[in-house]
Amino acid sequence: MNAPTKGTGMKWVGRSIRRLEDPALVRGEGHFTADLPATHWVRFVRSPMAAGVINSITAPDGAMVITAADLRGVKKITPMLYKFNYRPVGQPILAEGVVRFVSEAVAAVVASSEEEAEDIADLVELDISETPPLVDAHDALKQGAPQIHAEAPGNIIVHGAHKTAGFVDAWASADKIIKVDARSHRQNATPMEARAAHAAFDKSTGRVTLTCTTQMPHVARTAIADLLGMPESDLRVIAPDVGGAFGQKMSLCTEYVLLVWLARKLKSTVAWTEDRRENLIASFHSRDQHVTLEGAFDANAKLLALRADVVANIGAYSCYPNTAGMEPLMAMAEMPGPYDVQQYQCLARGVLTNTCTMAAYRGVSRPVITFTLERLMDRAANAFAIDPVDIRRRNLIDTFPYTSVTGLVFDEATYKGTLEMAVKAIDVPAFRARQKEARAKGRHLGIGFATFSERTGYGSPAFAARGMAITPGWETVHVSVDPSGYVEARIGASPHGQGLRTTLAQIIADELGIPPDMIKVVHGDTDTAPYGWGTFASRSLVISGGATLIAARKVRAKLIRIASHMLEAAESDIVLEDNRANVAGTDRSIPIATMAREIYTQAHRFNGEIEPGLSESGTYDPPGTFSNACHVAVVELDAETGFVKIERYLVAEDAGRIINPMIADGQVHGGVAQGIGNALLEEIIYDESGGILTANLADYMPPTAHEMPTIELHHIETLSTQSITKAKGLGEGGAIGAPAAVLNAINDALTPFGVEIDTIPATPQRIRALLRGAPNSVRSRESGNPGATS
Amino acid sequence: MKPAPFVRHVPRTLDEALGLLSQLAGQEGRILAGGQSLVPIMAFRLAKPAHLIDINEVAGLDRLESDGKALSIGARVRHGAFHKLAVDNPLGALLTFVARHIAHYPIRMRGTFCGSLAHADPASEWCLTAATLDATMVAKSSRGTREIAARDFFEGIMSTALAEDELLAEVRLPLLAPDAKFGFNEFSRRAGDFAMASSLVTYRIVGGKMTDTRVGVGGAEAAPRRITEAEATLNGQTPNDAAFREAARVASDALDPLEDHQTNAEYRRDLVRAVVRRALENSLP
Repeated sequence: MNAPTKGTGMKWVGRSIRRLEDPALVRGEGHFTADLPATHWVRFVRSPMAAGVINSITAPDGAMVITAADLRGVKKITPMLYKFNYRPVGQPILAEGVVRFVSEAVAAVVASSEEEAEDIADLVELDISETPPLVDAHDALKQGAPQIHAEAPGNIIVHGAHKTAGFVDAWASADKIIKVDARSHRQNATPMEARAAHAAFDKSTGRVTLTCTTQMPHVARTAIADLLGMPESDLRVIAPDVGGAFGQKMSLCTEYVLLVWLARKLKSTVAWTEDRRENLIASFHSRDQHVTLEGAFDANAKLLALRADVVANIGAYSCYPNTAGMEPLMAMAEMPGPYDVQQYQCLARGVLTNTCTMAAYRGVSRPVITFTLERLMDRAANAFAIDPVDIRRRNLIDTFPYTSVTGLVFDEATYKGTLEMAVKAIDVPAFRARQKEARAKGRHLGIGFATFSERTGYGSPAFAARGMAITPGWETVHVSVDPSGYVEARIGASPHGQGLRTTLAQIIADELGIPPDMIKVVHGDTDTAPYGWGTFASRSLVISGGATLIAARKVRAKLIRIASHMLEAAESDIVLEDNRANVAGTDRSIPIATMAREIYTQAHRFNGEIEPGLSESGTYDPPGTFSNACHVAVVELDAETGFVKIERYLVAEDAGRIINPMIADGQVHGGVAQGIGNALLEEIIYDESGGILTANLADYMPPTAHEMPTIELHHIETLSTQSITKAKGLGEGGAIGAPAAVLNAINDALTPFGVEIDTIPATPQRIRALLRGAPNSVRSRESGNPGATS
Repeated sequence: MKPAPFVRHVPRTLDEALGLLSQLAGQEGRILAGGQSLVPIMAFRLAKPAHLIDINEVAGLDRLESDGKALSIGARVRHGAFHKLAVDNPLGALLTFVARHIAHYPIRMRGTFCGSLAHADPASEWCLTAATLDATMVAKSSRGTREIAARDFFEGIMSTALAEDELLAEVRLPLLAPDAKFGFNEFSRRAGDFAMASSLVTYRIVGGKMTDTRVGVGGAEAAPRRITEAEATLNGQTPNDAAFREAARVASDALDPLEDHQTNAEYRRDLVRAVVRRALENSLP
């Protein structure tokens, strides 16, 4: 820290201490929403049709079945964006009059057990007249296409455009124009715990406690209270242990709103646990984008201008609070990535379709735009007959702060540094020699690079720039030392696997001289935590960590004043360490616990010079800071089957100051695993009628341990000037870089065949289809005969 | 994903089990053995049996023994039983090799050989094995016992010649010649997933030439079967890459490929060509 504790300085930050949250989790003693008992259980009856008019809903005799007709007075979920031609559309809590996607909740069955609720749900008869569905975004854009919402003509919910003044001239001056037509198919974040909620009505107070698996407890409280027209103080939201979220649990879901409504109606306890099939078809989807990207390069392969067309299939409704603008607008703002380019034109549209609503998933848009841009750079390198590493060297930004063509300010980072680190570690010349040797034997190896920026820890100005009606950003932390000398930090962030209970304790420990195992970080309960925005967008360590540092410094200052008073020494001579306040250069010392006890129970002794109690608060709202990394994938492509095996995976990462290296590495590992799934395996497939063909984990395929390579990690620590802890976020980078690196590696392996793939996931079937039509016949491994692809 | 209501019956003897089956088959009664296929489809409510006749307590169905001509596999024998050699014959090694490709370890410790055949998923490794080796199915009911040849047993996707009151009590796999060679290969996108194509081959070498060749293909058509056209191209050949490649091409061309969302007909043929060739290649010492 800036003002290190005198004596030993930083003792805890930078160390891989074990996660304080793990013992309970590994012993099976965590608390999850679905563990709670309930009087009533809910099963949702979901639409079997993608589009249609509801004629009737018939419940079996005696069953309690809630429909939209029961919910009069409940508002529709209608997030708002004041820019980019956004058209607000409302989502009813249960389908009202029409259905807009397969699996939209049409009715809610209430019964005494989950089993009984599902039995009754089977008996509910839906009479729906099917209308023509729109599944593909390009179909939805066609003239005369059916209107999914009357409020959004042409099915365009958001329309962003950007064009710099010098674009046309720069385009005209180009030596080469390179184009990539990239398609990212739809994916699901697939948290291990699907959604779950439990709403309990308290008859004595009239309050409802909603325990649910969420990333944003306070935002859920605000939203649900608004929709139901109740005071926020009558609703308590608790996020207990959350079994992964990855963005999917950030947006408000209709199901949780219904549960609170039901608990108040029944004056009882109501629960719902989503099953895996529902999670795959009805929970939020992601990544469904079609990006056409062209780059204008000068004769030295320097990028002069970019032109992008982004079509994001955002599904049937707009997610709250981010809105459907999230994917297309982030694509527009961040398309140029870490490359210096002065001219830019972009059209970014969010298109409504009769599919499940799209929302956040680790990386939001950047896995798609990074893969698109990195394909463009590799394709340009081929066109200029230079090495893929060289074209990056020529174009990466290296003077800071750098203001991008879309106005983003990039702080100090190591785009070139991590690239060179990765190039050296992977040993490119040795790989090229091995690749050549393998090709002579009919084996097809490939190497792929991805260099990218990861915008993290951005505060309210960044969200305000998007024109969001709900502008998240800042975080507050309350740090208290209790009379026993133990510390509690109450945070508005809502970690669910990120290890914040440990990393924030490390930050506090260094300020106060109290070890992390005496520091409890408390979160996820709106009755005890300060109002906050939750955990998403690689923000919590930067923003909640910064607020923690601010609060801890105030507590530290007060401890020093108390020590100065009690030890009769100058404040500048007080050193806090090992649970004691010492007077430097003397043997005078006092335990912090004694000081804490004194300031609570003997406050009069301080003669009114020091306020009683030992509790301080900090709020932080930073501008944002960019992490960066270079990923390298080495793959072997089986030309006979189209199968891709990742042989080696390397990441050179710079996320500023690392608070806990083990936790940082874990974030990268998890992100890369999801990125590999996105690159090779995971795809939600709709049929033409809008039905989902991938409704179980045999058909929707996240990678398993078998598919994961060992990940080699290398770090640079460029201390951030835009973050008071000097740390940058790194929660999403793994997922952002992996699709690009893997796709570039596959394309490198495909070089001899003369075909390229710009679709994720790059499935074996897609690769084989390309190879069957390949212009070049290539020696095959097995026989030495030409025509492995014949 | 909670199953529809059902009644579970736990007979202790074969006669009792067959009696229950004959009584309940017409009322949506089903046999429960390892449950690794039936229980998941019940959870999805794709199957809603009103009665489950759980044979896990039935005495005598765990028989796994050879009479010198064939290996008899009872209805309670789990996949995991084949992790070690079931018989001192190349068949034992073949079954051990194939068993390791079935799903994941926990599934292999519960799922049964006969249950897999009765379920008749086209991608099943054991269905491919039974079809390739011309197994004999022993079907029992309270009406009596009948034997069904593998080629008559598999009728289509999850469809067999078993009558609804018949229990697949035992399967007999003929032992292989002592000098028989075998090879197996399957393709799936993730370890442990259903095979998108699989192949099992066996043959002998007499005077340097392949003979008694069997080429089975699974996961590619409605039911696994021997591809006699491919076998014919190999008999009389020395085992070599060109011959294997030709047999693989012939097998691929002979198919009526299944199609699904991740496998169109062309891609299925690609995979069959790959797995047949690789099964043959794996058969070489």
